Amino acid sequence: MNYEAVIGLEVHVQVKTRSKMFTRVAAGYGHEPNTLTDPVVLALPGVLPVMNKAALDAVIKAGLMLGCDIAPVCKWDRKQYFYPDSPKNYQISQYDQPICLGGGVEIELPGPARNVMGEHKRIPLTRIHLEEDVGKLNHFATDSLVDYNRAGTPLMEIVSEPAMHSAEEAYAYLTSLRATMVYGGISDCDMEKGQLRCDANISVRPVGETRLGTKVELKNLNSISFVRDGIAHEIKRQLAVIERGGTIVQETRDYDGQTGVSQSLRSKEMAHDYRYFPDPDLMPVRVDEAWKSRLRSECPELPFDRQRRFMSQYQVPYTITSVLILDRALGDYFEEAARLAGPGRAQAVGNWLVNDLLREIGVAKTDLASAKVRPAQLAELVNLIESGTLLANTARTVFAKMFATGDSPAAIIEREGLTAAPTDAGELEQWCRDAIAGNPKALAEFKAGKESAINAFKGPVMKAAKGRADPKQVDATLRRLLA
Amino acid sequence: MASALHYQTIAGLSAQLAAGRLSSVELTRAVLARTEAVEGRIRAFNSRDEADALKQAADSDARRAAGRSRGPLEGIPVGLKDVIAVTDQPLTASSKMLANFISPYDATVTAKLKQAGAVLWGRLNLDEFAMGSSTENSAFGPTRNPWDLTRVPGGSSGGSAAALAAGTALATLGSDTGGSIRQPAALCGVVGLKPSYGLVSRYGLIAFASSLDQIGPFTRTVEDAAIMLGAIAGHDPLDSTSYRTDVPDYRTALAGKRGPWRIGIPKEYFGEGLDPEVGAAVEKAIAFYRSQNCEIKEVSLPHTQYCLDTYYIIATAEASSNLARFDGIRYGHRAADVTDVEDLYSRSRAEGFGAEVKRRIILGTYVLSSGYYDAYYLRAQKVRTLIRQDFLNAYQEVDALLTPTSPVPAFKLGEKSDPLAMYLCDIYTIGVNLAGLPAVSVPCGFTTGGLPIGLQLIGQPFRETELLAIARDYEQGHDWHTRVPSL
Repeated sequence: MNYEAVIGLEVHVQVKTRSKMFTRVAAGYGHEPNTLTDPVVLALPGVLPVMNKAALDAVIKAGLMLGCDIAPVCKWDRKQYFYPDSPKNYQISQYDQPICLGGGVEIELPGPARNVMGEHKRIPLTRIHLEEDVGKLNHFATDSLVDYNRAGTPLMEIVSEPAMHSAEEAYAYLTSLRATMVYGGISDCDMEKGQLRCDANISVRPVGETRLGTKVELKNLNSISFVRDGIAHEIKRQLAVIERGGTIVQETRDYDGQTGVSQSLRSKEMAHDYRYFPDPDLMPVRVDEAWKSRLRSECPELPFDRQRRFMSQYQVPYTITSVLILDRALGDYFEEAARLAGPGRAQAVGNWLVNDLLREIGVAKTDLASAKVRPAQLAELVNLIESGTLLANTARTVFAKMFATGDSPAAIIEREGLTAAPTDAGELEQWCRDAIAGNPKALAEFKAGKESAINAFKGPVMKAAKGRADPKQVDATLRRLLA
Repeated sequence: MASALHYQTIAGLSAQLAAGRLSSVELTRAVLARTEAVEGRIRAFNSRDEADALKQAADSDARRAAGRSRGPLEGIPVGLKDVIAVTDQPLTASSKMLANFISPYDATVTAKLKQAGAVLWGRLNLDEFAMGSSTENSAFGPTRNPWDLTRVPGGSSGGSAAALAAGTALATLGSDTGGSIRQPAALCGVVGLKPSYGLVSRYGLIAFASSLDQIGPFTRTVEDAAIMLGAIAGHDPLDSTSYRTDVPDYRTALAGKRGPWRIGIPKEYFGEGLDPEVGAAVEKAIAFYRSQNCEIKEVSLPHTQYCLDTYYIIATAEASSNLARFDGIRYGHRAADVTDVEDLYSRSRAEGFGAEVKRRIILGTYVLSSGYYDAYYLRAQKVRTLIRQDFLNAYQEVDALLTPTSPVPAFKLGEKSDPLAMYLCDIYTIGVNLAGLPAVSVPCGFTTGGLPIGLQLIGQPFRETELLAIARDYEQGHDWHTRVPSL
């Protein structure tokens, strides 16, 4: 019998706000333990929560970007359970009226080749709600210590429908979701800092069956690759259990990305009764049309929409646009440089940006924002090449100096005397004749029909021209002489 | 009016302080001396900081000397129920759980009283976590009624009522979730005001039931209640349930409000269980208002019979959640030699909480548990809406409602050992909390045994001025409020 996997993801994303969800103390990462606290965070006797409106704004914005319906009223509930990382022993969350309902995440599956766009799909969302993060426990031999710096940080929970069927789809979902959140400025989604965390619900069923199989929840998947590996591992594990004639037990399992092994944490019998009820300390907040339309106006273009536009508007190929949309600032940089370079030059801008600037940035271990080459300078460089003033290989030298100094290409060319090749056809023809004469073996091979043998002459020509010859012109001259 | 300083009114003392005939230090010393003399018999205080009170009084005198008096409460010693946070002072809720807890922050009402120049004096006893009607549920022992030391002062704000009646404070703050200000005020013969829900910030009040709790004053007179309310009322950005409304100068506004009033008598509040002497005193109060040309009208609050059940579902549900934070992890009582975190929780809470608190946590946990929520909590909220609507309907015809505050006068310590019998003490007061209304208890007579009787007036939402004016009219026609116990 053929089986299919059914996967739903619960993703927690920390909302990037200055202060915490229900009090004024700062939110942050990497501070001394228990320094980002106040009476509210520590749940001292008598304190009350006050909603951080910026966090609600961010979640509504996220919902609008993902096409969710925004609830007319934001209502708060208490989710109750005892654990030392939860100062009140209840978490303020949203139970039966999440702020966002429905919507979906567009994903792209791997294509048949690297330079071919893969299939796009929309993974439907169940809901998005806002809640507060908990603290962090550190376990030692005989006792545990708790750090409440993270406690009370705004946290959104994004729940997908059980609508994915492979580890690759889950991987693509998380990649796309993360890009969307980063684009919207909603979160930095740094998984190492716990800003994005993922739990996966996985079941298998015979192909054609519509009911869901018994699900297993996979927790502690702390990188997007571990999510993919963990899900692939769990699907295999479940299929193996079924093949042995066993049945899947509903449980929560912990997947260790380092060892690639999962183990059971708890079974369903130990499931919590969270005793949800509306938080009487917080009034429901009405979300009206004006509020929503203000936030809608702040929503950026989504990454895949931008990619489609770059491909059609600027004729930039898929592989380059795939890179350009990885980072909103990179795409903005591209559009700025393309605009300055003028019509028909966007593709060259894209190539230089992706192949050269990003490489230099990687080597220098810096980032786009601090790179000295700004869009205007890149546009100028592209225009110098396209107009024939600068040859491609000379341009690389110029670009390296631009990257190092931040000077404009014109200034560098002027300073270094790096103008385009002299177009003295007679001189070039002489260099070509010399090169052919100097390599009878290659000449014989070319005459015998080996097309690539012509390249053997180009090196000496370029050497003679001190690199300033136009390769196209060299090629044309050689072919004329060899004909 | 008794002439001793400790039995005078804020209004009177404030005038003497302003005229320079009295200093805050003198006044505070008089209150400390009175406390020294009678507190051993009353046990109204959980803790007292004499040095701190005298320092505040000296600061107040210095402000006044510099022409920077902060108003009518400047230099007046005010006691706080031990559920209201004061920086660097104990905050125990009369529970073993918080026996050693010192608050690092001020409640909003505390900050406002400091801003008004009051001398904060003492932490007053209560039923543990404000759960009870006699102050017998205190982990530190019961408070006694100054009018009869064998009897309870009522509760849960029994310490706040008894201290005022005993002259060991000149005004006090309590909190009222189901009658916890009004019932002890009635039993101790003082004025007790529960403001509209949302008028006074709850920030810094240890929560019992968030949707019902409200802080309010105990005073000797209605005018003093207006002064205290003026100091503590107002919108607070730290309390999301705080109501955005302009707070008038209640004392001035009060002087301008005169009857005659339209007063409703809810027939459901005069039934079985009402002590005949209490009933007779309240009837006399009705007759008084009639004699003042007020329109007296019988009204019906048909859902009154559901108040007690509704209250004990909502209050316990919220309490079970609010008290979850007392777990021995970050502060408060922690059991010794625990084996793991479960053991830490269960033993710390088993040792730290008293029987009544545990009873309500268990009840509240039950009504919120999966499968029972709809039948209990959700239904109780719907009934609550009906109860509120009953009151609002009545206010179509009348300005205020008049009822007994408590069905019985002060009872003996240990007399009500059955929790249900104790719950019935609040039968006339809890509807007000469920409906979020303001209500005041004023002294309206004494039993033949010499125990105070209280009259409850229930007002319309956020119309405290009118409510206090109606109470003031009664007070001015009587002298019950001038009587003091012989201690």
